[in-house]
Amino acid sequence: MTHNAVVLGGNRIPFAKAGGPYAEASNHDLLTAALDGLVARFGLAGERLGEVAGGAVLKHPKDFNLTREAVLSSALSPATPACDLQQACGTGLETVVYVANKIALGQIDVGIGAGVDSASDAPITVSDGLKRALLKANRARSAGERVKALAAIRPRHLAPQAPGVAEPRTGLSMGEHQALTTERWGIGRAEQDELAAASHHHLAQAWQEGFFDDLVTPYMGVTKDAIMRPDTTVEKLGSLKPAFGGPEGTMTAGNSTALSDGAAAALIASEDWAAARGLTALARIVDAEVAAVDHPGGADLLLGPVAATGRMLARRGLTLDDFALVEIHEAFASTVLATLKAWEDADYCRSVGLDGPIGTLDRSRLNVTGSSLAVGHPFAATGARLVPTLAKLLHARGPGSKGLISMCAAGGQGVVAILEAV
Amino acid sequence: MSALEKAFTSRPGKAIAAKAGLKEPPRLRRGRTWPEGAIVLAEIGGGLLAREALARLGRSVESPVVDDGQEPAPGYGSRIGALVVDATSLAHIDQLEELRAVLRPAVRGIARSGRIVILARPAHGDWEQRSVARALDGINRTVAKELRGGATSTLLRLDPAATADDLFSTLGFVLQGRSAFVDGQTWSVGHADNPATGLDDLPLDGKVVVVTGAARGIGAAIARTLARDGARIIAVDIPAAGQALAAVANEVGGSALQLDITAEDAGRRIAEHAARGGGGIYAVVHNAGITRDKMLVNTDAARWASVLDVNLAAQMRINEILLAPETDGGIVDGGRLVGIASTSGLAGNKGQTNYAASKAGVAGLVEAMAPDLVARGITVNAVAPGFIETEMTGKIPFVQREIFRRSNSLSQGGQPVDVAETIGYLIDPGSQAVSGQVIRVCGQNLVGA
Repeated sequence: MTHNAVVLGGNRIPFAKAGGPYAEASNHDLLTAALDGLVARFGLAGERLGEVAGGAVLKHPKDFNLTREAVLSSALSPATPACDLQQACGTGLETVVYVANKIALGQIDVGIGAGVDSASDAPITVSDGLKRALLKANRARSAGERVKALAAIRPRHLAPQAPGVAEPRTGLSMGEHQALTTERWGIGRAEQDELAAASHHHLAQAWQEGFFDDLVTPYMGVTKDAIMRPDTTVEKLGSLKPAFGGPEGTMTAGNSTALSDGAAAALIASEDWAAARGLTALARIVDAEVAAVDHPGGADLLLGPVAATGRMLARRGLTLDDFALVEIHEAFASTVLATLKAWEDADYCRSVGLDGPIGTLDRSRLNVTGSSLAVGHPFAATGARLVPTLAKLLHARGPGSKGLISMCAAGGQGVVAILEAV
Repeated sequence: MSALEKAFTSRPGKAIAAKAGLKEPPRLRRGRTWPEGAIVLAEIGGGLLAREALARLGRSVESPVVDDGQEPAPGYGSRIGALVVDATSLAHIDQLEELRAVLRPAVRGIARSGRIVILARPAHGDWEQRSVARALDGINRTVAKELRGGATSTLLRLDPAATADDLFSTLGFVLQGRSAFVDGQTWSVGHADNPATGLDDLPLDGKVVVVTGAARGIGAAIARTLARDGARIIAVDIPAAGQALAAVANEVGGSALQLDITAEDAGRRIAEHAARGGGGIYAVVHNAGITRDKMLVNTDAARWASVLDVNLAAQMRINEILLAPETDGGIVDGGRLVGIASTSGLAGNKGQTNYAASKAGVAGLVEAMAPDLVARGITVNAVAPGFIETEMTGKIPFVQREIFRRSNSLSQGGQPVDVAETIGYLIDPGSQAVSGQVIRVCGQNLVGA
């Protein structure tokens, strides 16, 4: 028995730069706020939902049950179960897919796919040396043994450790990896800055038109995405110094996503559940796919979604022309541009196991209300931001309109999905 | 809190203030509570309406003590909770003496937060009858000013066709603590096919009620109070107020709609949201409002336009959409509309020409709409709050605020719930016969009619 899983809507808080307005808020606070706004929008206070799936990339050990704890803090019934998932930057899309799959299988009728990240609330840990000494002292059977264990602590052990942003197997940061890709695919500075400026302008226009009135709930006095620069220009972006790729690099703080704080949630249900509530189904979740590349072996770290997209389209018998809208997560402007080039590149597509090139995208269909460069990218939240946004856009275009989501993720991974307006 | 306010509210401060004549204001009886003490019924010149309505409310009544000229004047043994005077047959000037004779002992013997309720007819008949009808107004207003301890006085004008079915909801509201801050007021009760037969603790059970401006203050209190009465609240406020709005919606088990009511498609979006539940809207409370205060000499076109648009024009546009029979999710027949006027609108207020225009306009709007919607059983009314203790009025400088809040017969500011309870009464299914009325919730503020 399979059921159609449909997107009913979503909610997020405005995204903001790390260390900004949400500096004092925890992942728990942000996720609870996103859930509460969703509950209010759909009148779900006190209701037991099938399941809430959420997650964060930067997570404190104490937050092992982050999503369940946020549910308990929210207005949902405490009888609503929850789980934490994590697939790096793809988390927020993967949680939606997880909930949609359960609905499709008839295991639940309704659920929430969510994600949160706070680069402000990043877990700081102690060094391995300090950890070993403390654990040894804890196991000590006598005062002497304890003193001896603690005496092993050296000043260098005392420096706190911020969470690693580098790929463990290459030692390169994501930006450094992407700089290699940018260079390899010959992505120029101007086109990156143009894409970044367009992202800000599209986002600002959507805000201006009230597009986000039923997708965002203000939080802590922040009423709009705080990273958005409506008046930025290609010229202004062109004046920024390179951040990655050395002095000759083309990647700047302007065409790379900022470290961000935020949370997002999407309400997913069976068509029957939606109909019984009189709720409008915006879009059906048609399919999803994950893929990975061998980046330690030299593959482009953030082009993982290419193989996922190709395999999913082939399975569905679809081409790029079938999609009214496409959302490619803007980790970096050059990631989007490299992805578009890779889609057109027969050799690259074959190298990741596809039969041929995916095709050329009509750029007017891409990220029409802006994306992560302008909105910000709280890692795990982005997927749960994209799904309701795309679902609403597709619904406005009429039944049958299809949309594609492509998200790159750390570890050389990619998560992609297809939505179709109901 | 300013240093002056801290000193004033401290223990020695209160003692000094009391010596200076600024007594601690009475604590008002609120909620669905009945007067503490007997309900006394006086019937002047016959008429059974009040007796029947009180029976419908399950209240037993006692006979009045009458001041028949003996010295000392006779009184009640223990304090009475309320005096209800059925003066619907009163037509002559010398009959007013009968009113005095029952009022005198009652005013002296009334309990704290007690009630004087005078039932009369609208002005009609010959010159003397019309004059007497107006005389009652003067009596009601003056009694209200003389009563102490949070007791209030109300004059109700009953249409000749009005029955006990039409009256019980209004009489119940006036006698109960829900009317705590309604004092010295007069309004009318007509006749209608009433769907309710008695007071109900959940009169709005399952009914969809839209409250605009619901994120804070009076709007949030309206949402809470109507939800207490069983309503399914659609809480509306501007997107920027979304966090507080969501908190209110979740607290009352309703839903939130982030919407600027001045948007072109505001009515349609409210209807779409309401249509989710499958039915229509039972009631809309147009609470959202703004102030852009300036003396008229400094009021430009922008200040003028924004206040009139938010406070008046927006609700007209929304009503038009929601009242159109073809609107899915519109207002159902037998539904309710409530606007928020203001004592500033009724009396005028320095620095608020734009606001007064919009709020008096609301009063005019409900009076105009009411007769046109009788056929559909939709009632249209307004409340006119006086000084209400909110976050907004809390920003008024302390001395000025203290003057405002004491400038009424109850010597205190009203609470947001007092406005909300009055709205709850107006949208109660039992209040079918009350339409086109503007009820002031002002503790009989010194300004205004």
